[in-house]
Amino acid sequence: MKIKLMRLFFVAICGLIFGLGLTISGMLNPYKVYSFLNIFGIWDPSLAFVMMGGILVNACGYYGIIRKRQKPIFTENFLLPSKKNIDSNLIIGSAIFGIGWGIAGLCPGPVISNVFLHSSDAFLFLTVMMIGLWLGKKLKLK
Amino acid sequence: MTIDFMNFTPWESFFGGTLIGFAALLLMLSKGRIMGVSGILSGIIKRDIKSDWLWRIFFILGAMFGPFLLIFITNNEIPYKPVAGGILFLVAAFLVGIGTSLGSGCTSGHGICGLSLMSKRSFFSVLTFIFTGVITVLILEIIS
Repeated sequence: MKIKLMRLFFVAICGLIFGLGLTISGMLNPYKVYSFLNIFGIWDPSLAFVMMGGILVNACGYYGIIRKRQKPIFTENFLLPSKKNIDSNLIIGSAIFGIGWGIAGLCPGPVISNVFLHSSDAFLFLTVMMIGLWLGKKLKLK
Repeated sequence: MTIDFMNFTPWESFFGGTLIGFAALLLMLSKGRIMGVSGILSGIIKRDIKSDWLWRIFFILGAMFGPFLLIFITNNEIPYKPVAGGILFLVAAFLVGIGTSLGSGCTSGHGICGLSLMSKRSFFSVLTFIFTGVITVLILEIIS
């Protein structure tokens, strides 16, 4: 029980670091995301730097540490996506996501980290987004 | 194309990005999971195995408190300027939900994690959502 709780606490720290990173990078601000997508207007390339930093650390860690291990520390196996092919769900879903992302300048991560800062906006967005997530799951099965 | 030098934050954004990548690495190393927020959230709705549920809640709670760590350290105000309101805001929220669900990931899952693992699916997903995002903003800029 104690070990289980400590592991959950560690996962919460992962979330905390994620939220801190989002905040420092400026990604909690919808206008900053919107400005990244506004390539043909006044363009703010910051989001590309967030991606570069994230990919650099994660890729080094993945190829340097994770790939050399048989299993994770807490569980029995690494759960990596098994699908390899490009299907219509992937492309249509991503296209729909991009439209919503462009309109509001928000994606799931920053919405979560904004919950206590801008509660009225973030709670509303989160609730409607959860309905979308649930519906998407139903549609995908077909 | 004009670069918005007034608001451009290359260093802060890069550093914040490395923390996001580090969080993703820690989650994979400990729990063996991809750090994709839309996936973590949709797993909360599904809830088919009880033990698979609690870690998601803890991760989400951690992410919710992340900004307060910065406020606690620096006492800085965190900039926030909304770009949509009313019905349009709700439509966007719905599109983000259904889109990331069908597309099996969002900016964190496909963008940070998938690209790091050199996943072909993530590469096409990121290309697609940036493309439709750019077109959407272009249309919004023209009509406003």
